[in-house]
Amino acid sequence: MQGNRLIPHPLMSFALIILWLLLNNTFSFGHILLGTLLGIMIPWFTNRFWPARPRICKRRLFLKFFFGIFLYDVVVANLNVVRLILQPDISKLQPKFIEIPLDTDDPMVISILANVISMTPGTVSTEITADKKTLIVHGLNVPDERAAIAEIKSRYETTLKEIFTC
Amino acid sequence: MMIVEILVSFFLILGAFFALAGSIGLFRLRDFFTRLHGPTKATTLGVGCLAIASAIYFTFHKEGISLHEVLITLFLFITAPVSAHFLAKAARHQRLHEDKDHPDA
Amino acid sequence: MLNVALIIAFVFMTLAQLLNLYRLFKGPSLPDRILALDTMYINALALFVLLGIYFDTATYFEAALIIAVMGFISTVATSKYLMRGDIVE
Repeated sequence: MQGNRLIPHPLMSFALIILWLLLNNTFSFGHILLGTLLGIMIPWFTNRFWPARPRICKRRLFLKFFFGIFLYDVVVANLNVVRLILQPDISKLQPKFIEIPLDTDDPMVISILANVISMTPGTVSTEITADKKTLIVHGLNVPDERAAIAEIKSRYETTLKEIFTC
Repeated sequence: MMIVEILVSFFLILGAFFALAGSIGLFRLRDFFTRLHGPTKATTLGVGCLAIASAIYFTFHKEGISLHEVLITLFLFITAPVSAHFLAKAARHQRLHEDKDHPDA
Repeated sequence: MLNVALIIAFVFMTLAQLLNLYRLFKGPSLPDRILALDTMYINALALFVLLGIYFDTATYFEAALIIAVMGFISTVATSKYLMRGDIVE
């Protein structure tokens, strides 16, 4: 979906229309019209704030990742974290900072990767080093550092990189 | 209607349980960075479940579909990692990860 | 059955709020308190959603949404203050 002069950010317009309809909790014709108007006007007036527009290149992979793999992982990760939190002896936990070397320098991919690994298995992203080459992640229970890094890289980073690079 | 009621009750109890587990994590874990895990993941999913329960309830008890609770779930899922990242950055800035004899809970 | 589930949910959320309150007062560090406050925001929002089901009205939805937005903003602002000693640079 490429933008043109009339609709500079098609995805944003679409998201705004959906947001408006959800906020008003109705799907009536009048609100669809008003939402479309807002969805076209707001990107016009805020165009200068969005110099770079994210491009989703592999749309099918995008849907499969966020509505399949990601949702499944969120639920599994939560059950995992709850089990770890509620275990009787919490001194068995092995919390640790792990450093993940990044293969990409696209800020969009890095920020989405950081958010995704905060939501999924037992890890919260804490910091990016100044040269944007390493992501420092805190794991709740990391018995094997190497395996954790390999899993994050293979499961999320490669997929995200594939989605956002053409 | 029975199925709806069972579904709503299921989501309510599941959500409240997850939220409670997140707060228990906040209560009993040892240092700041491990405490961060409970509220970011468990509480977000828990409150998300509660909002979905509310959406199901209002869809079947009032006329017409009611999906605006999904907005809360979406918003929480988008903002939770961001605020966790900010908190972690603030904590690293205060060098909480370096002093080992930091007072325990 | 729904009433029982609602009451169980209310009890769980209230217990969660008490645990958060403990962490808010106990600390020990400032980020801990901010984290507790953030969790309290989210749990208060959940309590509003539950109240909406309990009284069978959709009025509480707006309050819940506004608490969600304000909670996020205040968490980001306070953590940024801790980081930089300044909010708007």
